[in-house]
Amino acid sequence: MQEIFNIFVKSIFVDNMVFAYFLGMCSYLAVSKTVNTSVGLGLAVIFVLGITVPVDYLLNDYILKPGALVWLDAGFADVDLSFLSFILFIAIIASMVQLVEMVVEKFSPALYSSLGIFLPLIAVNCAILGGSLFMQEREYQSLAQATSFGLGSGVGWFLAIVGIAAIREKIRYSNVPAPLRGLGITFIITGLMGIAFMSFLGIKL
Amino acid sequence: MSSEKQEREPLFSAKNRKLLTNPLGVDNPITVQVLGICSALAVTAKLKPAFVMSLSVIAVIVFANLIISLMRNGIPPRIRIIVQLVVIASLVILVDQFLKAFVFDVSKQLSVFVGLIITNCIIMGRLEAFAMSNKPWPSVLDGIGNGIGYAWVLVAVGFVRELFGSGTIWGYAVIPESFYNIGYENNGFMILPPMALIIVGIIIWIQRSRNPELVEEN
Repeated sequence: MQEIFNIFVKSIFVDNMVFAYFLGMCSYLAVSKTVNTSVGLGLAVIFVLGITVPVDYLLNDYILKPGALVWLDAGFADVDLSFLSFILFIAIIASMVQLVEMVVEKFSPALYSSLGIFLPLIAVNCAILGGSLFMQEREYQSLAQATSFGLGSGVGWFLAIVGIAAIREKIRYSNVPAPLRGLGITFIITGLMGIAFMSFLGIKL
Repeated sequence: MSSEKQEREPLFSAKNRKLLTNPLGVDNPITVQVLGICSALAVTAKLKPAFVMSLSVIAVIVFANLIISLMRNGIPPRIRIIVQLVVIASLVILVDQFLKAFVFDVSKQLSVFVGLIITNCIIMGRLEAFAMSNKPWPSVLDGIGNGIGYAWVLVAVGFVRELFGSGTIWGYAVIPESFYNIGYENNGFMILPPMALIIVGIIIWIQRSRNPELVEEN
């Protein structure tokens, strides 16, 4: 139980998707102009990561890992399908996003219209595929650990995008040098926020 | 390129040349179109992984542009994203297997970032914006142009970070021992991830102060 909680906290602060690995930067830079839209996108990312990482964990554990097909037949013990993981993970992610989109449209039209174009775009958000690939690389032991990693990474991404959106709303009133306005200053602020998040690095969990 | 073709059809007409050169400067994928930052910055702590990553992205983008452009009339618009993803994912699998076979140590350093070429927005973005509506040859040029535009930013960031962070280039020490004896120290900060963002911010600053039409409103 404690291990699961540790993974959750670690994936939010120490291994933050944005500041430590630069994942999901495209939508992070494009959608962070106002706090409202970035809260919506952040929630959608938490939701999708919380679903796709456990599903991809099961896929990896029962089909892709070297020797994973043993449950079918003992003869499959040395079959290694891990080279297929990219294409299967991205297929799962694309179909999950489609599914989430349909469910949200049916049960919460208000949220659906506020998310608009962002929901389908999540399929090509590197944070989502990155979550699954890190899950595979770090070899989590159980489904619960993988789920808490997925949710934690989502929360970390959420914090990052809401933080930068709030800063960008304020920075509109500052006198930034003209060539640095917009994209340039956003990069530099993200760098500074990353330095702040690095203070979590020494924490051993 | 073969010269007899060039006489029949202007293979490098002014328009085609523009496709190749624009992404290097005024239409750079990273600093202007803001595409593909996701997997770009994490691999630039050293020059070598940055270079290998650039080559992989160039290979994937050129072939993906070519394949999608050849198939563009047969793809139903509703499912085009899935088709594009499948093409990109297959090319990335090839690149990944190639890297694992020939440069295993770099492949280990790049870890998940090779796989993340699939969701690299440059590739999806160019397929959507260019290859879906253009002939194969301009698409290939567009792919090469954007790939190189991406590569030079990556290599520039990797060069600066490795030079000041580790005092080496491509793994060879370039800062002479006497500097260290006087009291010069490697700037360990350069190795850390946030510096990549700040260096790209500075590249954008330089580029925009030289090209005032790129400056944003706010």
